[in-house]
Amino acid sequence: MGIEGIGARVARKEDKRFITGAGRYVDDMVVPGMKHAAFVRSPYAHAQIRKIDVKAAQAMPGVIAVLTGKELKADGIGNLICGWMIHSKDGSPMKMGAWSPLAVDKVRYVGDAVAIVVADTKGQARDAAEAVEVTYKELKAVADVTEAVRKGAPQIHPEAEGNLIFDWEIGNAKETEAAFKKAAHVVKMDVINNRLVPNAMEPRAALGHYDKAEDHYTCWTTSQNPHVARLVMSAFYNVAPENKLRVIAPDVGGGFGSKIYIYPEELVCLWASKKSGVPVKWVADRSESFLCDAHGRDHVTHAEMAFDENHKILGFKVETMANLGAYMSLFSSATPTYLYATLLSGQYDIPAIHGNVKAIYTNTAPVDAYRGAGRPEAAFLVERMMEVSARQFGISPAELRRKNFITSFPHQTPVIMNYDAGDFAASLDAAMKEADYAGFAKRKAEAAKRGKLRGIGMSCYIEACGIAPSAAVGSLGAGVGLWESAEVRVNAVGTIEVLTGSHSHGQGHETTFAQLVAERLSVPLDSISIVHGDTDKVQMGMGTYGSRSGAVGMSAISKALDKVEAKAKKIAAHLMEADEGDIVIENGALKVAGTDKSVPWFQVALAAYTAHNLPGGMEPGLKETAFYDPSNFTFPAGCYICEVEIDPDTGVTEIVQFVAADDFGNIINPMIVEGQVHGGIAQGIGQALLEGAHYDPDSGQLLTASYMDYTMPRAADLPSFKVSTSNTPSPSNPLGMKGCGEAGAIGSPPAVINAITDAIGTEDLTMPATPQKVWAAIRSATKH
Amino acid sequence: MYSVNYHRASSVADAAKLIKKGDAKFLSGGMTLIPAMKTRLAAPSDLVDLNHIAELKGIKVSGKTVTIGAATTHYEVATDEKLKKVCPAIAELAGLIGDVAVRYRGTIGGSIANNDPAADYPAALMALDATVVTNKRQIPAEKFFKGLFETALKDDEIVTAVTFTAPPKAAYQKFPNPASRYAITGVFVTKGKDGVRVAVTGAGDNGVFRSKEIEAALAKKFDAAALDGVKVPSANMMTDMHASADYRANLVLVMAKRAVTAANAGA
Ligand SMILES: Cc1cc2nc3c(=O)[nH]c(=O)nc-3n(C[C@H](O)[C@H](O)[C@H](O)COP(=O)(O)OP(=O)(O)OC[C@H]3O[C@@H](n4cnc5c(N)ncnc54)[C@H](O)[C@@H]3O)c2cc1C
Repeated sequence: MGIEGIGARVARKEDKRFITGAGRYVDDMVVPGMKHAAFVRSPYAHAQIRKIDVKAAQAMPGVIAVLTGKELKADGIGNLICGWMIHSKDGSPMKMGAWSPLAVDKVRYVGDAVAIVVADTKGQARDAAEAVEVTYKELKAVADVTEAVRKGAPQIHPEAEGNLIFDWEIGNAKETEAAFKKAAHVVKMDVINNRLVPNAMEPRAALGHYDKAEDHYTCWTTSQNPHVARLVMSAFYNVAPENKLRVIAPDVGGGFGSKIYIYPEELVCLWASKKSGVPVKWVADRSESFLCDAHGRDHVTHAEMAFDENHKILGFKVETMANLGAYMSLFSSATPTYLYATLLSGQYDIPAIHGNVKAIYTNTAPVDAYRGAGRPEAAFLVERMMEVSARQFGISPAELRRKNFITSFPHQTPVIMNYDAGDFAASLDAAMKEADYAGFAKRKAEAAKRGKLRGIGMSCYIEACGIAPSAAVGSLGAGVGLWESAEVRVNAVGTIEVLTGSHSHGQGHETTFAQLVAERLSVPLDSISIVHGDTDKVQMGMGTYGSRSGAVGMSAISKALDKVEAKAKKIAAHLMEADEGDIVIENGALKVAGTDKSVPWFQVALAAYTAHNLPGGMEPGLKETAFYDPSNFTFPAGCYICEVEIDPDTGVTEIVQFVAADDFGNIINPMIVEGQVHGGIAQGIGQALLEGAHYDPDSGQLLTASYMDYTMPRAADLPSFKVSTSNTPSPSNPLGMKGCGEAGAIGSPPAVINAITDAIGTEDLTMPATPQKVWAAIRSATKH
Repeated sequence: MYSVNYHRASSVADAAKLIKKGDAKFLSGGMTLIPAMKTRLAAPSDLVDLNHIAELKGIKVSGKTVTIGAATTHYEVATDEKLKKVCPAIAELAGLIGDVAVRYRGTIGGSIANNDPAADYPAALMALDATVVTNKRQIPAEKFFKGLFETALKDDEIVTAVTFTAPPKAAYQKFPNPASRYAITGVFVTKGKDGVRVAVTGAGDNGVFRSKEIEAALAKKFDAAALDGVKVPSANMMTDMHASADYRANLVLVMAKRAVTAANAGA
């Protein structure tokens, strides 16, 4: 490794503009003639739209247009889609209800968009939006999944009877039943995975611009995957053909999954721009983010695990109800199925698994992938199950896990995944050592003297990143391929642009991707630019989610670099009259190995472009493209240990120690990896202790709709993390990378809850484990 | 936010005149009023800014008598050296309000005029037996706070100051809402020549109140141990998504114990 190459702790190149306020976000974009939009939104969770009267609004000062769903439909704009087909166990396709970008006859959640107002200023647009008179007939609403499937529950979409979207299964029910028959012990539990609001720092925004002269559309949007947005908006929503639509996702201030999806607002802004003849900008305020960004998690699960007399796992049965909200968001069907139930084997050798997932409509915001997406739900379930089982058996949680670890690879689980590499015991050992697990009893006794309840809990999570290969995910129902593209352009003077289909919205790609190029071509980091987020500049790519940018996006760059390197070596060999096989790249030059002959990198680039003296038949230029489709998922895994102290008088939990030992495969920039882990753990602790979206069960109003009620984790809520890695390279991609973006959020919640339940001596506790819940749990445990 | 006419009042008399315009409202720190306007939940036609009126600003301490001008910020109360000497409890309370930005803008006058059931100052004023001074009269704290967001103030009445006699012993303990940092339960205890006063904020379903049970127990002995076994009824406690009535009743006792211990340690 050089000081700027793979493995170096290079400071993030992009941070200078972010921390000096010079980043350029959608709201910073200004187009001549640009006007401002406000959406009219439903105040009800469930209601019929009787009438929409826009007359008063149209007459308001500054108003340019007031447009409704009827006009949108008349222009042939399509309904929003879900891009992953799931079939129920009876073979029937999922029952997807229509999602009109502007509701026409019914609204189904508080915040559902009903009309758009375009005006000279944002304030005028808002004033006029309030003047749009919508006559609603309120219907009974249902916010909770268990209620939504009851007989007589409000019917949300005519297509999905009883609000059931699909009833899907995975694994083998018969073999699992047979395993339970042989069991010496069966452990049962009910688990709720709490609903979360993503809370990206930058709210969603869109600027739609129809250029009449060119008959061309441009959409600036807060997207994690601008090419997918372009594809979906043209192929399904009929806004414009792909060649007439440019999508730009400039600097984006965090996504966590919530900016993968194509929402109504961006396509309505594009359409409204053509309709009204002016560029239309909409920027969500924080209240709209709470109400209308796709939320995460929200599972209710019953699970049973069968063990033999030696505590070896025989089988695992899981029944999950997943709340998908009022409409099926873009990947909502994949999250509680292929991203969740395929991880039910955890780190363990489980011979038989059966998972059943029911996806259910409710009158709440759509639910989709949020940092971890399905995998946190699986890890929480499996790791709570392991801890609770160990406690029931009276053996150490580490021992029970060790006894059941998968130790040889590749390992085929009963739920599709084929784990290709890992060393689960190594992470467990590293974490226990770092946490001084052996010294816990002493610390607990000392805390007891201070009147505190001390507890320790662990979590041995596994996850799957870089969803692939495309053919496999296609056979499982995905509507898209999950490869990535890259183009490496070497300029005539040797500087380099890398155009990538990945999108950076906080991950630091401008640094890590450049480190890969610096390593491979031996050029300074400053001579490399990473270009992303613009469909006019970058060829089709798939974007960033599921911790795929390293394993998939960088692998594509690596493939393109292979080609650049090969051509550069050919040119150098020709210039030095040497054999191409003898050329090595070192210290900014191409050298003939074992001699003092060398040509500087820039001269090779120049030679490629002057084309005065190239090998016979070689095309001029030095620019290569690659598409990379991985051969398998990657499987980051690790062990997290959390230690807490609880004040029994108030139920307040203090995290006194948090250890993370991860296996991420090869690492490009350890500092950025640590940052990702820190952020992930902060979000995981947020889920475990602080965050929870609450809807009023009857009215369907979001009660936690601002930061006055929704608790975001703050620095003071978090301990100083002890993070480390012990890595096994992934055999499934050329760089041996696994991905690190979501691990922290996946592995930490079970560790926290295992620690608290250890401290208070009862398993009866749901997330977020607020002081009041912990206090009540302690009270009810001591009563019994 | 809807458009609004802004007026900068130069004196209390000027403010009293300006408030007669349309549907006008006083503006102090704006930490409560402005967010409500931004979310369009409040829509005054006119704002009368009290922040630039010299007579409303500052803290006076003479002997044990403390007077805090209505437009004094939480930050100023938290850091005033004279005040910290005679009544550190109220300075500490101010330092626990919200976050730094809120403390730099928010004022004692705005806070008590708003009388949020989870605000901190109402507990202090009630336990300190303070007097609220307005441009029209003097109102004892106990008569000033009237339930949720309600006070004895008339629409055009301006809080000008708060005044009290610092007791020998006082302390405040707060259990903050983890999201907003308002009090889920806050307990202010004082022990002065007229006995023990214990005021509770955040917990009651009708705003700040005095806990008779705790006062009675502490009157016998001003010590946390005196509160062992005391029953705080949960009947009139608030229940919301953050805390049940039972939990709040428990917190009242726990915070009271901690406050007594702190008051004894501080004396
Ligand atoms: C994030 C956040 C956290 C907070 N946390 C806490 C907390 O932990 N504890 C707590 O106690 N408070 C908290 N607050 C509230 C804060 O203390 C405010 O300062 C207070 O509620 C209002 O004071 P203000 O000066 O900002 O008043 P403003 O917002 O300007 O006014 C509030 C109301 O009082 C009226 N008013 C203002 N001044 C006068 C006057 N002199 N006479 C008559 N009427 C007047 C106004 O017309 C208005 O109706 C928090 C606020 C925020 C935004």
